[in-house]
Amino acid sequence: MAIVERRIIYRNIDQPWYTTDIACYQRYGGYEVLRKSFQRKPEELVQEVKDSGLKGRGGAGFPTGMKWSFLDYKSGKPIYLICNADESEPGTYKDRQIIYKDPHQLIEGVVLSAYAIKAKLAFIYIRGEMFGGARILEQAIEEARAQHFVGDNILGSGYSVDIIVHRGAGCYICGEETGLIESLEGKRAYPRIKPPYFPAVLGLYNCPTIVNNVETLCQVKHILDMGGKEFAKIGVPGDSGTHIWGISGHVVRPGYYEIESGKGTVRDLIYEFGGGPPPGRSFKAIIPGGVSMKILRVGEKFKVKLPDGSPGEWGVLDIPLDSGSFAQCGTSLGTSGMIMMDDTTDMVEALANLNAFYAHESCGQCTPCREGSLWLKKITTRVCNGGGRMEDIDLVKNIADQIAGRTICAHGEAAAWPCQSNVPKFRDEWEEKIRAQMQAREHADGQPAARKGIRLV
Amino acid sequence: MKLSDKTLQYVDRLIPRYPLKRSAMLMILHAIQEDQGYISKEAIEWTAQKLEVTPIQVYEVVTFYPMFRQAPIGRRHVKVCRTLSCALRGAYKVCDSLQENLACELGHTSADGNFTVEFVECVAACGSAPVVMVDDKLHENITPEKAPDFAAKLKAETNATQPPSRY
Repeated sequence: MAIVERRIIYRNIDQPWYTTDIACYQRYGGYEVLRKSFQRKPEELVQEVKDSGLKGRGGAGFPTGMKWSFLDYKSGKPIYLICNADESEPGTYKDRQIIYKDPHQLIEGVVLSAYAIKAKLAFIYIRGEMFGGARILEQAIEEARAQHFVGDNILGSGYSVDIIVHRGAGCYICGEETGLIESLEGKRAYPRIKPPYFPAVLGLYNCPTIVNNVETLCQVKHILDMGGKEFAKIGVPGDSGTHIWGISGHVVRPGYYEIESGKGTVRDLIYEFGGGPPPGRSFKAIIPGGVSMKILRVGEKFKVKLPDGSPGEWGVLDIPLDSGSFAQCGTSLGTSGMIMMDDTTDMVEALANLNAFYAHESCGQCTPCREGSLWLKKITTRVCNGGGRMEDIDLVKNIADQIAGRTICAHGEAAAWPCQSNVPKFRDEWEEKIRAQMQAREHADGQPAARKGIRLV
Repeated sequence: MKLSDKTLQYVDRLIPRYPLKRSAMLMILHAIQEDQGYISKEAIEWTAQKLEVTPIQVYEVVTFYPMFRQAPIGRRHVKVCRTLSCALRGAYKVCDSLQENLACELGHTSADGNFTVEFVECVAACGSAPVVMVDDKLHENITPEKAPDFAAKLKAETNATQPPSRY
């Protein structure tokens, strides 16, 4: 099947004539949706977003319209909108392109969404490492303010909203919405427990707050442009719109591709766009959407229900590119940042690399995650350093099982899922590696032979 | 601690934009670090006073976020991404090469005070892995083969500029 891109969010990105200034954005229809939508009532806009069936693009895939409908207006407290631009999920780099190359699209999306939910103030929480991105957004906001798209009395509508660009400082956990809120309050980014701290009821300063991903807010602009029902026709039922797939790792052409949801398969994406594995190699494993999602081993088969309702079987490469299909295969498309690994990859080292990441990023609030992620790192690193024991295989799985579901936020699952999927799926590799190490140690008076660590190459 | 007029003006403009003063914390700490090179004990106390919180409430933030540091570093801060996508494409070799060519041990500052080389976690540029950040700039596709040239250019560039007076 031939696969084609359908660029909606990325329509102008990387086009040679396109620049980040407001004049250029307006030349290509920029802020027209804002003009059009400010003639309508906020409630109508919320209904459009509900009709669109849009699912959030930050990884969890929660329906955006439903999230907005949870807002507690009765409390009479001010409403806040936060754009989550703390893109930190390894493998994901889609929001970076929007921020650096089309900032006004994001700002239009933020103002539209703020108007729809009647927000008093909006924030863009951008990760601290994106120094340039924050400067680009600041400048874009000033340009938009000069033309009355941001600030007081926007386009004479009587509605006012300011946007504050707020920089994070290198914490993965700030991507978690309640951690982000704590961080924005000037504290350590310790995620809050739900209930009672559902952001739509008790968010920033204990006021009703909506936190949406950069891409989600850009999608809102296009929903309001074409109408929710029209938008819902893009893609497949249950997952409307496009997904921006970022592919990285062992692939000939890493890059980002915007594809209509469900149109095309993993094979189409990684062979036709990605150019397949490096010459002379073959794919061994794929992590579908940011490293927290469960890994897929090329060669495994999934019993699934096909769109027409009949039973079927898919290999990893046959999975259609929509959220429902990945869910049927026991994983998730997450942030749609796909990492490919070829047959030269040591899967134990790959897991150790991720365990080091989660141990570093655990906020330390919940014991299972704080202690567990550190032990996972220590054990897998020891195996990489030649000190593996057969019982480590079950131990890693066991620790992961005791983290997932026992923490305040989803970082527990994020740290556990890679172990819970890697260990059973690649058990043969673990056993082979550890057996060789045990033999080597016998010949060397118990001293570990290899000290390769988690270098991967 | 003597903050520049520019930083002081920035901080005074910034704080009233937030509904609560304390929210300006990270932004002020970024501004101080940019101005001073690191966040001193004095800076923590100054920030606490500005935001009407206790010094420990600033200190716990400084120690939580990896980007904030409490000691000076080299003139150029070299940050090599080590997370999966970059590691699969040779980030560890890139780091070896940078350490060797910049005469700087990982996590330390070179003897001439010019470079600090560190590993960082994913910086969200996986499609152009391996990536290296130098100060506030991202450098993409720094493969192990390109790393020695990259280091040489960085050295020449750094030697050509005068160290800022704050050091």
